[in-house]
Amino acid sequence: MKANCWMGRNTVEVREVPDPRILNARDAIVRVTSTAICGSDLHLYDGYIPTMKKGDILGHEFMGEVVEVGQKVSTLKVGDRVVVPFPIACGNCIACEHGLYSVCENSNPNAGLAEKLMGHAPAGIFGYSHMLGGYPGGQAEYARVPFADVGPIKIENGLTDEQVLFLSDILPTGWMGAEMCDIKPGDVIAVWGAGPVGQFAVASAFLMGAEKVISIDRFPYRLKRAERAGAQTLNYEEVDVLDALREITAGRGPDGCIDAVGMEAHHPTGVVHAYDRVKQATRMETERPHALREAIMSCRNGGTVSVIGVYGGLLDKFPMGSLMNRSLTLRSGQCHVQRYLEPLLGRIRNGDIDPSSVVSHRMRLEDAPRGYEMFKNKENECNKIVLTP
Amino acid sequence: MSEEYDRTTDRLACALGWASLGLGAVQLAAPDAVSRISGVDDSAGARSAVSLVGARELFHAGVLLGSREPAPWVWTRVAGDALDLMLLGRSLADRTGWRRQRVAAVMAAVAGITVVDLYTAVRANRSRGTRRMEHPMDLHAAITINRPRKKVYRHWRDVENLPRFMAHLESVETTGDGHSHWKVKGPLKRTVEWEAEIVEDHPDELISWRSTKGALVGNRGFVHFSDAPGGRGTEVRVKLIYDLPGGKVGEVGMALARLLGEHPEQQIRDDLRRFKQVMETGEVVRSEGSPEGTLTSRQVRQRPAQPAMR
Repeated sequence: MKANCWMGRNTVEVREVPDPRILNARDAIVRVTSTAICGSDLHLYDGYIPTMKKGDILGHEFMGEVVEVGQKVSTLKVGDRVVVPFPIACGNCIACEHGLYSVCENSNPNAGLAEKLMGHAPAGIFGYSHMLGGYPGGQAEYARVPFADVGPIKIENGLTDEQVLFLSDILPTGWMGAEMCDIKPGDVIAVWGAGPVGQFAVASAFLMGAEKVISIDRFPYRLKRAERAGAQTLNYEEVDVLDALREITAGRGPDGCIDAVGMEAHHPTGVVHAYDRVKQATRMETERPHALREAIMSCRNGGTVSVIGVYGGLLDKFPMGSLMNRSLTLRSGQCHVQRYLEPLLGRIRNGDIDPSSVVSHRMRLEDAPRGYEMFKNKENECNKIVLTP
Repeated sequence: MSEEYDRTTDRLACALGWASLGLGAVQLAAPDAVSRISGVDDSAGARSAVSLVGARELFHAGVLLGSREPAPWVWTRVAGDALDLMLLGRSLADRTGWRRQRVAAVMAAVAGITVVDLYTAVRANRSRGTRRMEHPMDLHAAITINRPRKKVYRHWRDVENLPRFMAHLESVETTGDGHSHWKVKGPLKRTVEWEAEIVEDHPDELISWRSTKGALVGNRGFVHFSDAPGGRGTEVRVKLIYDLPGGKVGEVGMALARLLGEHPEQQIRDDLRRFKQVMETGEVVRSEGSPEGTLTSRQVRQRPAQPAMR
């Protein structure tokens, strides 16, 4: 089959690889009908997530048709149309029983690797480094889905791929970002990053009853999309974000601050950006955490900072004093997608959210390398790319 | 770790580490000045010799200051001292006049330092007995399994199940009356076999066993089962004891095992992880990067995350 493989920093290639086969009795094989490039794939592309290996198949947002099931999968049958959540979760461990699917205790065969870097191991993730399991991703014609009796959600006909594909990651991720802010009537929420996840976080915050949502980015075309979702926008290259947020909230600061940027943030001041850029390039820190720093500094006393942007390892100049002295709550996590599939599918069905609106480009799987380049450089107002094998 | 372990030796070793750092830095920064003071500046090779000694001093500093138990590393300084004294001895023989006096003075200083180094090193050796446990290899690991204690105990008690999750075990056959025959894939693809017997068996609580005959290295083990608090399942605690010959032989053996790709501590943790997978999900979880499931050596040498050829 054809698959999009990571071949080193800034290089992906669509290559001919063997077809997947059942390895565990609870596996299913899915013929991929739609798959997307995620902003977090760019962290892999840029080479900032450790333990990638040449030849790894990328992609953790995919859906398709079940073509084979393991002998212990009774919930799915050949021909079912499914969306596959990006974290792989067994459904049997304590974490899964508590809905913490992205920290499943059994789905990461390389837990020992992750423990060295993180103390304890999170779940396995499709196409997202060997420390997170060494699983091939879904930017391919076929994918093996472990614990197929737990993760995938069946989709009835009548909904298009583009309407439901983002249930796999970015829609629930944006939703969880807003949910972690514990939004109450009158709350003002600020969202760093107006990419697709940030856009979904904006929409989710409104659905949860936020009074006002502020979207922060530097690309006007992305801010325009957030504006369409109802957000007030700030371009951090034009205004001082901390000041602007103080002004908007009459000095209080936003009640909830969502970091939908992660480890490769940009900073408007060249010197500050260069400082972290150099440290990151020389691997002295893995993160460029400007957005997180700013989110913490901006948040109102006693407010919540919610981190859904991806971080990989260690960061410097973390404003712990601000966090502690001002009674802030820091919440974070890879999204526990399985938890949100049913309720969010319901909201798609009844028209509360139309996820397909984030798609800006549609390409063939073979064009993935061009897609990565365009997405990385934000060419052609690139917002979200859907690939079809 | 023994309570009466002598911290003073470590502190002394640390101080020597700082001394190495200072001396090494000076020797590298100003080799000419150092060779002048030492009275060897008339020799063409003095400058590079001093730099080399400086680099060596930084190595001492590295191992002494970077180690959690620096005392044993003082022996590297003792070896360095011997080398220095030898070099200085040869310089002394070649020289006369004020240069000879300077070399002699430096030699006296080095001899003095050697005494301190030797004292610390010998002290470190003597206190080792109190620190090291009787057995050089005492492994333990623990895991929480979301299954009732009775079930978890029963699965382990049927020792023929063990190879399912203990990666280096080839097979275990029960031969009746608590006795069993174990086959292990050893390093260098050799198979090692031995007999074992269950020594203690408290249902749902504890199983202990020991090797009886045929074992290259005598071994014993305990596994303890207890209820995890708040309905979190069962806490499993394992301890393995290998009766390796004590002292240097055992240590060299362990180092050799590591070189051959065995990481005993990691292996037992990974074994327990697989045990948990089998108990909770029904089988060992596999990925294309680790097709055999959690395997210590595989985690170091991953396959690419793409399907393997059939």
